[in-house]
Amino acid sequence: MTGAEALIKCLENQGVEYIFGYPGGAVIPIFDALVNSKIKLILVRHEQGATHMADGYARATGKPGVVCVTSGPAATNAITGIMTAMMDSIPMIVLTGQTITPLLGKDAFQETDTFSVSMPVVKHNYLVKKANEIPRIVKEAFYITQTGRPGPVLIDLPKDTTAGEFTASTLDPEMDIPGYKLPAKIKSVDIKAFAKQFKNSKKPLLLVGHGAVISKAHKEVLAFAEKIKAPVATTLLGKGAFPESHPLSLGMIGMHGTAYSNKALIGCDLICSIGSRWDDRVNTNNMEFCLGAKKLHIDIDQGEINKIVKPDSYLIGDAKEILTELLKHVDPLETGTWLKEMDFYKKEFPLHYSNEHGLTAQYVIDLAYQITKGKSIVVTDVGQHQMWAAQFYRTDYPDSWLSSGGAGTMGYGFPAALGAQFGRPKDHVLAIVGDGGFQMTFYELATASIHKLPVKVLVIDNKYLGMVRQWQELFFDNRLSGVDLEGNPDFVKLGEAYGIKGFHIDNVEKAQEIMTQALNYKGPAIIHAEVIKEDNVFPMIPAGKSAYHMIIEPPTEKLERPSGST
Amino acid sequence: MTAIKSKDGFTHTISMLVANKPGVLVRIAMAFSRRGFNIDSLVVSPSANEKFSRMTITAQGDPETLEQIIRQANKLVDVIHAWEHNDQEAIHSELALFKVRKKGNSKSVINGLIKAFQARIIDDSEDSFIIEQVGETKELDKLEDILKKYGVVEMVRTGKVVMVKGHQPT
Repeated sequence: MTGAEALIKCLENQGVEYIFGYPGGAVIPIFDALVNSKIKLILVRHEQGATHMADGYARATGKPGVVCVTSGPAATNAITGIMTAMMDSIPMIVLTGQTITPLLGKDAFQETDTFSVSMPVVKHNYLVKKANEIPRIVKEAFYITQTGRPGPVLIDLPKDTTAGEFTASTLDPEMDIPGYKLPAKIKSVDIKAFAKQFKNSKKPLLLVGHGAVISKAHKEVLAFAEKIKAPVATTLLGKGAFPESHPLSLGMIGMHGTAYSNKALIGCDLICSIGSRWDDRVNTNNMEFCLGAKKLHIDIDQGEINKIVKPDSYLIGDAKEILTELLKHVDPLETGTWLKEMDFYKKEFPLHYSNEHGLTAQYVIDLAYQITKGKSIVVTDVGQHQMWAAQFYRTDYPDSWLSSGGAGTMGYGFPAALGAQFGRPKDHVLAIVGDGGFQMTFYELATASIHKLPVKVLVIDNKYLGMVRQWQELFFDNRLSGVDLEGNPDFVKLGEAYGIKGFHIDNVEKAQEIMTQALNYKGPAIIHAEVIKEDNVFPMIPAGKSAYHMIIEPPTEKLERPSGST
Repeated sequence: MTAIKSKDGFTHTISMLVANKPGVLVRIAMAFSRRGFNIDSLVVSPSANEKFSRMTITAQGDPETLEQIIRQANKLVDVIHAWEHNDQEAIHSELALFKVRKKGNSKSVINGLIKAFQARIIDDSEDSFIIEQVGETKELDKLEDILKKYGVVEMVRTGKVVMVKGHQPT
């Protein structure tokens, strides 16, 4: 048996269904071993596509996505997708080829120091030195990627380790990771002390993040919120951890969150984060964040404690486990007035749009929500359409909102949607992408076409890089620089070139009829929606300002340039 | 968190027990460099168990950032533990070599200078002496200041190592 054959057997034993890959010299032995394997190889068109596909597969199924690419340029092409997975805590195994061990560090053909290049963007990584190490490393990698706070693990495989003879006696050796620490079981005394913190709160707010989604804690979040009668806001990636049609839901919070969720941020006397990291899209200004409110933090990662917010109390562990215990020790709170206040804000400042100047992205997304009855797995790209999708495609079910949150990777949406469809072939998958981001990774149309993946790709086309244009309009005297995407292809013809059905919408009157046809089409489809060119996402909290400075309606006066990061 | 206020801010001494594997040093160095922390000294050595290495790192900076670095270091798969230690709970020691030029300095003058310290002449060459000193960092700093007046040609210091007193592990 070769090292590569041992590798594939180990992957089979881990239950791997798919490998998203692209071959090259240093991984030929691995691709050779795949010929006789039951694992299905999905040949992508670019390594970035492979990593985003594996990411989408992982988010949609909860299982690690597996990628296999060659050395050098293939490994560096994969980095963006690995970084995206790292920022959003996604389980992923990335196998990279490498030059043979005697040539390591000698500038061999297609050699790059993948171990070092990937180090800042992985949870852990390995450089294999001997074929016999492969089973232990694969076992450790799968354990590390899925447990605790998930994250990508990369295994760099010099070609002589995969082509060489495997002579070890077992494919299931002991792991050797004494430094790998998972949170200890939480003591009941700590749970009780934490539960006490809620006592007497009249204006509690639950801030629910991706950690609650990953932990599959949606039932517990619902039970907890209903028991203490607290409103719930989610982060962008927390969408799905709490049903957005529920009366206690405030929708998405933060920079482009609902006005009422940000009003809650200002007014609350207690905020409890469940699996969010107080990120700068939510905590836009740490000095003015939830002034006077008690801050509680539940996170599986001890590294998140005190990183941004110093909590009054915290628990380190799995959200589902903690909430299950916490539920036993909390009592209903007197939140009647607070909830009435929230209802007032919901009525006073609802999310809204108008088609008076032509077809808007918001309307198209709202149509998609209504036609699919909110049951699609929605996968977005990054930019204005992403925020509008977050606002207008309400997420009621867990694992059905996939978006590049931490990294904000343009080009993520479409390949990730394909990965989600591979993982959940019976579900309706809707990719909502912008004209900018789609053009970064549309080459995977070939993959969609070959595998007849019935993904619907809604291209929101305003022929601008809309989010940057919005900033330039609002903060830079409308001096547009580098945002004009005139010259976009005809996206319907682009789809046809790959044998994919195209639909075109450019007016309000026909939109509903065409969207209904397109979303119910049996195979893969592109829905090219040409929307009004200049529209802005509101509400908006300028970067670096606090929720007190939220802009709810288009401003009439000049705004100062934001001090925050981006 | 405990730290000693130094002239430039806070000096912290962190002790780590890490897996004896390639890449560990880079992972830890990255936890510091990513947050703009400069490492003053770093000592890597074997530990009593051959599977693990011992690292002692001294660095200066604000305690909040350092807390983050320690938390991030503790997250690394190859780090068994990372702890900060203060002077009360741990023994601190360091070794220095000073090469002092001979011109104008007789052996008896040098011996006179170093006798108050845990130091000795370990090389007596034609042009220079090499003095070896072992002790706490501040003692090494003191002798360094004295010897500089007599012409230090070269200096090497190992960086601080620590060991916690009593039954607590380092």
